[in-house]
Amino acid sequence: MTVRRVLRLLPVAPSIVLLTVFLLAPVVWSFHASFTNAALSGKGAREPQWVGMDNYVRMAGDDSFPLAAWLTVVFVMASAVLGQSGLGLLIALLMTRSSKAVSSWVGTAVVAAWVLPEIVAAFAAYAYFNRDGTLNQILGGMGIPGADWLYSFPMVAIILANTWRGTAFSMLVYRAALADVPRDVSEAALMDGARGWQRLAFITLPLIRSSIATNLMLITLQTLAVFTLIWVMTAGGPANASTTLPVLAYQEAFKFGDIGYGTAVASVLIVLGMVFGAVYVQLLRDKRA
Amino acid sequence: MGSRLKTFRVRTAIYRSAAMFSVAAILAATTSCSPSPDAAENKTLKIVYQKTDSFTALDAVMQDAKKEFEAAHSGVTVDLQPIQANDDDYGTKLSLTQRSTDTAPDVFYEDTFKVRSDVDAGYLLKLDSYLEKWSDWPAFDEAAKEAGRADDGAVYAVPLGTDTRAIWYNKAVLRKAGIPVPWQPKTWEEILAAARAIKAADPEAIPFNLYAGKATGEGTVMQGFYELLYGTDSTLYDEHEKKWVVGSQGFTDSLAFLKTLYDEKLAVSPAEALDANVWKKVFGEWFPKGKLGATVEGSYAPSFWQKGGAYEWPGYEQDMGVAMFPTQKGQEPGGVSMSGGWTLAVGAKSQNPDLSFSFLTTVLNKKNALSYDINNSQIAVRTDVAADPGYLAANPFVKDVSDLVKVTHYRPATADYPRISTAVQEATEAVITGKKSPEDASADYDAALRKLVGEDKVLEK
Repeated sequence: MTVRRVLRLLPVAPSIVLLTVFLLAPVVWSFHASFTNAALSGKGAREPQWVGMDNYVRMAGDDSFPLAAWLTVVFVMASAVLGQSGLGLLIALLMTRSSKAVSSWVGTAVVAAWVLPEIVAAFAAYAYFNRDGTLNQILGGMGIPGADWLYSFPMVAIILANTWRGTAFSMLVYRAALADVPRDVSEAALMDGARGWQRLAFITLPLIRSSIATNLMLITLQTLAVFTLIWVMTAGGPANASTTLPVLAYQEAFKFGDIGYGTAVASVLIVLGMVFGAVYVQLLRDKRA
Repeated sequence: MGSRLKTFRVRTAIYRSAAMFSVAAILAATTSCSPSPDAAENKTLKIVYQKTDSFTALDAVMQDAKKEFEAAHSGVTVDLQPIQANDDDYGTKLSLTQRSTDTAPDVFYEDTFKVRSDVDAGYLLKLDSYLEKWSDWPAFDEAAKEAGRADDGAVYAVPLGTDTRAIWYNKAVLRKAGIPVPWQPKTWEEILAAARAIKAADPEAIPFNLYAGKATGEGTVMQGFYELLYGTDSTLYDEHEKKWVVGSQGFTDSLAFLKTLYDEKLAVSPAEALDANVWKKVFGEWFPKGKLGATVEGSYAPSFWQKGGAYEWPGYEQDMGVAMFPTQKGQEPGGVSMSGGWTLAVGAKSQNPDLSFSFLTTVLNKKNALSYDINNSQIAVRTDVAADPGYLAANPFVKDVSDLVKVTHYRPATADYPRISTAVQEATEAVITGKKSPEDASADYDAALRKLVGEDKVLEK
């Protein structure tokens, strides 16, 4: 019995080892560094000192930190929860009714953004929203004066870009889930006189609840960590107006060489991810009970 | 149930592809990182420096020095590892390589203003005992030797060259506005008057640009704000007291000057100023096309326009002029410039310090230094190079920008300087975008400064 149990663990052992070495170890290291004054240059680089909670205390008094935390939450809620998940669900629902040709065209168009490597997608979005970019040229062609989107509306630009890039994943997950909704339940509701939206709200959505929760969890954690897209499009500017926590952590650790403070910001980001995760797990559990 | 099973299938597929990807990545990483076995007599020197599309002069010199050095030292391989990055990222990557003995370079390219904090970090080897024996060392300019000196009085780095900042102007644009060339403004007011005249003559032109905001980084302060601030009766840092200046009228006045430039649309638009690549347009587009009247830029400006430069412009020698940036009201000494420059240093963790220093002297010998100073439009730090006819004839501006050494200033090379510089950049950004008045931005800077360095390190002036 015990031999069998050990044998069962064998196939996952490599991934456990890899995760420990490449994921857990850096997290532990980063958490430890956040209590020191480790730096890239200066005395803190030679022999980092233990400074206790200093970095976290400084964070509380730092104007840019609360702003970055708030922008991160806005970015996640708007681009992941509303944007990617909402739009993904909408497209998936529409696709169940549309003709095969339309759905395959739409599917390809949406997945195209997902297939692009992040840096390419980021440059594409930059070229689109730029002062002389595609969007302003289209608007100009229609006689509408454009705006300097990345400068005047940096959050809107990065939220739209992240929505564009990530919707495909949610759409694919929801299409798979919707395909498994038993037709007879829906038909029974129809016989009972349920309208379209009622069937959606009371039949379809509850049936795919676990897919929604899993999807939200995955895209939230991914969006929390988005860095390349923002860095390429606005670099956190202008004047920190689009500096989310990953951008702030990068700036502190690598631009100012303050590894201690940067890792403290990163630790807060990890905690934020855990909070989001816990909320989703809770939602999943409550509904099942 | 069915839906959960399906999700599970989707998820396993995702995990599986992610796992396979990471395995592939790890394999790739381990194979490329495996150290090549070093035979005892075969020594390798690792050289790290910066190379970009528009900065290849150092790479060319390094390639020459490598050939020269390998020919003279059999069994020694010089491993050149140029880093493709801007100044900020180069500094970060260099620091990261220095954290481990396995990756630390033997000889590297180091910004003068980072020397002190990197000495504190233990990255640089003390060079005094080597320099004593180097016959070329007396040929270096006395002021330049100070660039590599740390707080303990020892020298840790040898300068490659230095630079100054000046007003570069397009003669055609000024003539069109009726401004006689050569042009030499005596006060800030004369700059504004000229800029307004250019605007009146050609509303499409950008009359006088000064960098501002965080996107252009050190460029904002070195080629912009400090020319203003150091020309007032105030300063950034009191070298004698070793304290930072707060509550200064000069700081507010400098911000007010920027506000005037940007509000009256005499400079680029704030949105353009906050694009990190704006300087490329200055060199590559606006000056050559006669769209820009004048700007403050480094003495290295001709290196972009000369043959082989990033933005070749055959007519720049006739079309461009250079002027000293004036003090606020024309007070003594009548002009302002800022200097920086880069050095070469030997890694403290180097296994072959003697060979490394020897390579450093090869890169900095007269022949190589001359070729670097000419190709990169550097101001020579070797007196024998400065006197060389080839150096003086490199471009028509060498003498003008070299003379600015008399009125130049250096940044305070303290470990916390990069953060203070960022606070200054933020103040300029707040003003040109109209978010803050010069007075409020100045007060914000004072508050940020007090927080960064502490009450005991500031001075009301």
